[in-house]
Amino acid sequence: MPLPRKAVIGLMVDNLMKRGSVLPLSRRRATAWARGLDIPEGGETVLYTGHMYQLMPIIAYMAKRLAALENSRITRLMGLGRLANRVVGLSHFMIGVKKSDRQAADRTLRSIAGLLRAAGVEFGYLYGRELYSGTLVYDQGVDDVLAVHAARVRDSLREAGVKRLITVDPHTTHMLRHVYPKVLGDFPVDVHSYLEVLSEKGLPLRHALGRSIVVHDSCVYARYEDTIDQPRKLLLEAGAAVKEPRMTRRQTHCCGGPIESLFPSRAHDIASKRAEQLSGFGCPVATMCPICLVNLRDSANGNGPAFRDIADILAEAFLEGPEFPVAE
Amino acid sequence: MARVNPAFMDSLDGRFDATACMNCGLCTAWCPMEVGILPRQLFRHAMLGLEDKVLGETDTIYQCLLCKLCEVNCPAEVPIAENIRLLRRYVGASLYGLGR
Repeated sequence: MPLPRKAVIGLMVDNLMKRGSVLPLSRRRATAWARGLDIPEGGETVLYTGHMYQLMPIIAYMAKRLAALENSRITRLMGLGRLANRVVGLSHFMIGVKKSDRQAADRTLRSIAGLLRAAGVEFGYLYGRELYSGTLVYDQGVDDVLAVHAARVRDSLREAGVKRLITVDPHTTHMLRHVYPKVLGDFPVDVHSYLEVLSEKGLPLRHALGRSIVVHDSCVYARYEDTIDQPRKLLLEAGAAVKEPRMTRRQTHCCGGPIESLFPSRAHDIASKRAEQLSGFGCPVATMCPICLVNLRDSANGNGPAFRDIADILAEAFLEGPEFPVAE
Repeated sequence: MARVNPAFMDSLDGRFDATACMNCGLCTAWCPMEVGILPRQLFRHAMLGLEDKVLGETDTIYQCLLCKLCEVNCPAEVPIAENIRLLRRYVGASLYGLGR
């Protein structure tokens, strides 16, 4: 029995309307990555995480639980779960989210902030005022709910006096750069991904990587946003030899992530297929999206190549010091 | 016999656009999901107003990855991913009561 779409999508929609995010994420958790970095609050240029990295450990945990329910009769009760979730956020009870996954997501965000600083970019952060972009609800076609949320985000940015956003993942980049102007008709904020900013600014090299890295393009960066050359340029400048898999650049293959909450088994199949295309080079694979990273890594189940976020790889080459430790 | 709803295309917000589709099948060939009907036949059903047939393909509609691999290889430049999203919008509102 497939997962009940009405309940699963409905839960995300309810959460976005009621709690401002598809899955509740405490302010403390959302901003934990920035602790001790002394990033100024607000400003005209801000680093906008859009909560994707912080949400991924929760989304991945939920997807695993849903995968266990797929084809089970328990799915019939999920409608009741949705009703209960309207009163009490059920994801507060997701106590199985691994601390190491949360720390890894935080570490990547710290790497991104460190790289921007090393490139001489001045930026602030909205801390608790930052909101999720609404991408998962938009992808499911619930446009009127997304429009309400997008207006909320626009108003919060206007109130904070933000003029430029530096985004950290492809989905948030696409939502803010192309979907919000279409949905709202008016979204006067410049949006650039940190990869685009770093690629333009350049970074002083500290430790040349001196090894090969396979590039896995995110579908959204490659086909929606045309962000293809920038990550390669940065890897080359970091001293890496860039390896291209069979399907690459605009012809990249999906990681399966977009359907993991509704069709977890099929998502796993797609991820495994892609992981196989990326293996065989005998070197790590750089991902640019937290969804790709988690899906590919989980599909390989420890047997495939090492999947790593590109920010953590670049941090090895361009950063040093205890504040931005080399990622393991 | 298939039932035709002449107003079906209007209910897709006027943004659904597959008129340039020439049914070449490249989209189906490129699709990582390997779902036979997606997207060319599905779009044909929508344009013909075969609402019941579209609503009978909800698994296919929601299985689309929106990855655009089909779209960048479409010789007719059909906005396939956005079309699928608009079908989801319709299905979500009419079958699942999603939205405000």
